Amino acid sequence: MAEDNLVVATKVRKEFGGLVATDDVDFSIPRGAIVSLIGPNGAGKTTFFNQLTGVYQPTSGSILFDGTEVSYLPPHTITKLGIGRTFQNIRLFAQMSAMENVLVGMNCRLHSGILGAILRTPRVKREEAEARDKARELLVYCGLPRRHHERSVSLPYGDQRRLEVARALATEPKLLLLDEPTAGMNPQETAEFTAFVSKVRDEKDVTVLLIEHDMKVVMGVSERITVLEYGAKIAEGTPAEIRADERVIEAYLGRGAGQT
Amino acid sequence: MTSVAERARGFATGSRDKWIAPGVIVLGLLYPWYEDILQSLPLIGDFIPSTESMVVMVAFTMMALGLNIVVGYAGLLDLGYVAFYAVGAYTAGWFASQQFDQVTFSFLSSVPSDQPGIHITMWLVLLLAGFLTLFAGIVIGLPTLRLRGDYLAIVTLGFGEIVPQVVRNGDNFFGFDLTHGTFGIAPIDAAGFPVLASFTSLPKNFQTSPNRAMWFYLGAFALLLITVFCTVRLRDSRLGRAWIAIREDETAAAAMGVPLMRTKTWSYALGAFFGGVAGAYYASFRGGAFPADFFFQFSVFLLCMVILGGMGSVWGVIAGAMILGYLDREGLATIGSKIQDAGLDFDPTKYQFGIYGIIIVTMMLLRPAGLIPERRHRIEMEEGVHDTPFYDVEHEGTLTDRDPSDD
Repeated sequence: MAEDNLVVATKVRKEFGGLVATDDVDFSIPRGAIVSLIGPNGAGKTTFFNQLTGVYQPTSGSILFDGTEVSYLPPHTITKLGIGRTFQNIRLFAQMSAMENVLVGMNCRLHSGILGAILRTPRVKREEAEARDKARELLVYCGLPRRHHERSVSLPYGDQRRLEVARALATEPKLLLLDEPTAGMNPQETAEFTAFVSKVRDEKDVTVLLIEHDMKVVMGVSERITVLEYGAKIAEGTPAEIRADERVIEAYLGRGAGQT
Repeated sequence: MTSVAERARGFATGSRDKWIAPGVIVLGLLYPWYEDILQSLPLIGDFIPSTESMVVMVAFTMMALGLNIVVGYAGLLDLGYVAFYAVGAYTAGWFASQQFDQVTFSFLSSVPSDQPGIHITMWLVLLLAGFLTLFAGIVIGLPTLRLRGDYLAIVTLGFGEIVPQVVRNGDNFFGFDLTHGTFGIAPIDAAGFPVLASFTSLPKNFQTSPNRAMWFYLGAFALLLITVFCTVRLRDSRLGRAWIAIREDETAAAAMGVPLMRTKTWSYALGAFFGGVAGAYYASFRGGAFPADFFFQFSVFLLCMVILGGMGSVWGVIAGAMILGYLDREGLATIGSKIQDAGLDFDPTKYQFGIYGIIIVTMMLLRPAGLIPERRHRIEMEEGVHDTPFYDVEHEGTLTDRDPSDD
């Protein structure tokens, strides 16, 4: 699998003043895999995410996505290349409906311009109708069969999480980044979500990178795991290898993690 | 689950809503004809604005709707909108007056073709003003829109001061009289139908027509309708969604593939466009562009209209602009004369901005979302994509007002 990597990050380094948030991290994501990024709080997981999506520019190093150097591109260009993401703390467009949230996600795949919008030409009308159909399908697919026209802020928490995934999928990503997607979910919701992630990978043909603290989710769903601590990669491997890794147990899992 | 009664009420207002827009358009269009009747009414008659004032109110409403694109849709605080009004007004001055008397050029204009200066028909000048202002919006927007929040507001404030200063001192622009300095450019040609006038009863020139106010009002009203149409269509488009997404969460919008700079610049440019058109038309109505009009207060005045009506809400902004426009043109003076008739020595026009301030503060306390708040989900309902079943389940067989073609 190593020969076909969707993402190849080499020596990615980000400094905030004196603080080294990611310390020359080498990281690769095989195409079609579900990969998890774990580590204690402040280990640089989200910073790494943000560099991958263009929110931050790395101080040094390179990130190749599907053969393109993305480390210095603005976020919307990276999204268009095919990286969709969710946020650690939900960042939906609160006053917009669930449907509109998904439609914003489709923004970069639509083409209507200003004159088209004002004149509402048949072509624009058709594009809008198709987009809405697709958005509806996507919402249902992500487990939101109803309430498409309620303001997203009034949706229940779990539905907001699902909506974030739907919105990210609307960008038609090749790589889906999920930043602690099960935070705040109850065990049943978490189990459902884990199954959903595998389903999305299989059916939508995406690669998934997951930041997660819930070890059940991480061990259950991922094919590869990377562990960060203080911005540096301390281990990488299959779930079984990670569970057995002395340094990881020391830094993060804690003694007794082998039993879970 | 909402109760049946609640839903029934919802539908009732829904079907009534359909008549509001056409009703308002007809009432607005016919205003010059029933103005006299209203003014002869007891008690309220004195408070009815003249058609002359309505022209200005409608022009202000257009500007407020333009500002609403920037402030209401895209959530960018713009304190320098008056700059666009100035650019629009001076475009009218350049292309429809004797300002550049070095040349003699006339195109379908309402003034005789042998007059010096550039005289292009006002309708074309309006379009020209719109596009020049749009361009000004892009030029101002590109360097400033990288900033966020308060910083953006401060820089727009700066541009709102720069443009009026340039026009005030533009009588010696590298040795060239660009703006005629503090005197302003006057007279500016009036709108009219010089070609159609030869074989119809339409006036050749609004300014000299016996029904001057009426013709200017009808022109302004037509422009307002176009503005409303465009701003509503833009709001409900892909671009409009991107604006609102930026307003809600800029970082998330960028991560969802919305190009921030381009989207913001478009909001600035399109908002400016309508300000420019309105500014040019107003200049044509006043017959001049005067630098004394372009003060910071005017930007704040327009911003007050948007806030009073409800940021992002087209109906709200129209209401807010008409109310404040009315107070500015006539309302305060009328109220003042009533107060003085009652024997009190108080002139509200002197405390104009204080009174607007009180109105805004009161609004913020009582209705912070504005007179007619933006109802995002209702837009969707009007468009017809919603989850109501075709048949009311509780009253089987009763058709709901949903259009089956919507899905």
